[in-house]
Amino acid sequence: MSDELRAAVAAGVLGAEEQYRALLQSIVGVARAIFGAKASSIFLLDEPSDELVFEAVAGEGAGTLVGRRFPSSTGVAGWVLVTHQPLVVENVAEDPRFGREAAESTGFVPKALMAVPLLYEERALGVLEVLDRPQDEPFRLAEMELLGQFANQAAIALDLLQRARRARATLEGEGELAALARLAAALEGNEAGLQLVAALEDVLNQSD
Amino acid sequence: MEQPLPAWSLPADAVDRIALTSGWPEHVTRDWAWGGATGAGVRVCILDSGVEAGHPGVGEVQESVAIRMDREAVIVEPDREGDVAGHGTACAGVVRSFAPECELVSVRVLGAGYTGSGPVLLEGLRWAVAQSFDVINMSLSTTKAKFAVLLHELADSAYFRRTMLVASAHNMPVESYPWRFASVISVGSHEQDDPFAFFYNPTPPVEFFARGVNVEVPWLGGATFVCTGNSFATPHISGLAALVLSKHRELTPFQLKSVLYLTATNVGGEA
Repeated sequence: MSDELRAAVAAGVLGAEEQYRALLQSIVGVARAIFGAKASSIFLLDEPSDELVFEAVAGEGAGTLVGRRFPSSTGVAGWVLVTHQPLVVENVAEDPRFGREAAESTGFVPKALMAVPLLYEERALGVLEVLDRPQDEPFRLAEMELLGQFANQAAIALDLLQRARRARATLEGEGELAALARLAAALEGNEAGLQLVAALEDVLNQSD
Repeated sequence: MEQPLPAWSLPADAVDRIALTSGWPEHVTRDWAWGGATGAGVRVCILDSGVEAGHPGVGEVQESVAIRMDREAVIVEPDREGDVAGHGTACAGVVRSFAPECELVSVRVLGAGYTGSGPVLLEGLRWAVAQSFDVINMSLSTTKAKFAVLLHELADSAYFRRTMLVASAHNMPVESYPWRFASVISVGSHEQDDPFAFFYNPTPPVEFFARGVNVEVPWLGGATFVCTGNSFATPHISGLAALVLSKHRELTPFQLKSVLYLTATNVGGEA
């Protein structure tokens, strides 16, 4: 019982966060490879601070940008988040204001940028960006659809990540669930304790 | 004081009272619809991220306001920041390219954070509808069902006040609003280069497809970007609507939509 309990807690919460982060990382990696792009990133909306936060980065900026924050309703990513509409902008290098803003949010000045909102059920969870796809071919609607499909996948992964974080925060906090989690941890390998829980369960079942 | 509601019926002796102010031709052509029109006298609202006034691709912007919420109160104030993303400037530029003499008004609903942007968007639209603009360009949508009812009411009241709401369809498979409502014109993208090529879609909810791929548009700092998305197709239809309305001031949204249908590239528009 102890092993099963521990496995259930681990699958539900503890290891899950890392797995979902790996899933997000894999999504930006595949997005970058499929579009032949220089970089791809996923931003998560952090609601308490109302900011966008780098959650996963592939290509340029990988390893340095994760955790960096910027405003949630300005710039291209902010526009995409607020309006729920995807957007592709190209030939962008000529504008210094855009370049500065882009550099702050990407780590380099791209020539082109595709951004798509990450929508799950009724909520906007963040934004997926793909930077500097090859410029020798004009952009096609088929690429927009492909981008939308990546966004759906990323939104599901991002939702799972948020759930795992909320669950962990709950278990690490001071509430009743946290007390239960501590109890579950303390029971591990404690035969007498487990017998007590089994007896308690019997009593509860009889009182139903 | 509010007017009492009329009885919604038409007595025999009242038929003359609703006579149309001008007749329609046997065949509605593009030349009849907007030939020689400049957009003069038509007021177009860009509900977006703000507009960079004076951009060579935009020209004069008659008024710019920003919407924000102070707790429950809606604050509408002169916009001193301008465009906080670049997109509003792009939309204004597309409308201007069709209607060089139309009046442009910017209503900024971005910049005050994502949290709370739903009410700001809604109040921005409410303000715009109250101003009786001829056309409201709205490259925005929300997926929140709780806003759908209010947006629906606003879209309908715009329709009855002779304000044509032109909204971007979603090019992702999600439920979103207000583009799905029948009282607005919803716009998706096609891939052709001709800015005057637009198609009626006989299988709604998306009603029209306009140029939305690799569109050259003004952006921040006087720059020009090449952009793709339904949000760039939308101002093409807003611009055309401004042209038609400047030539035919009497048209209701229903009639305007009919003119766009009859002049669509795949209907009879090339004539």
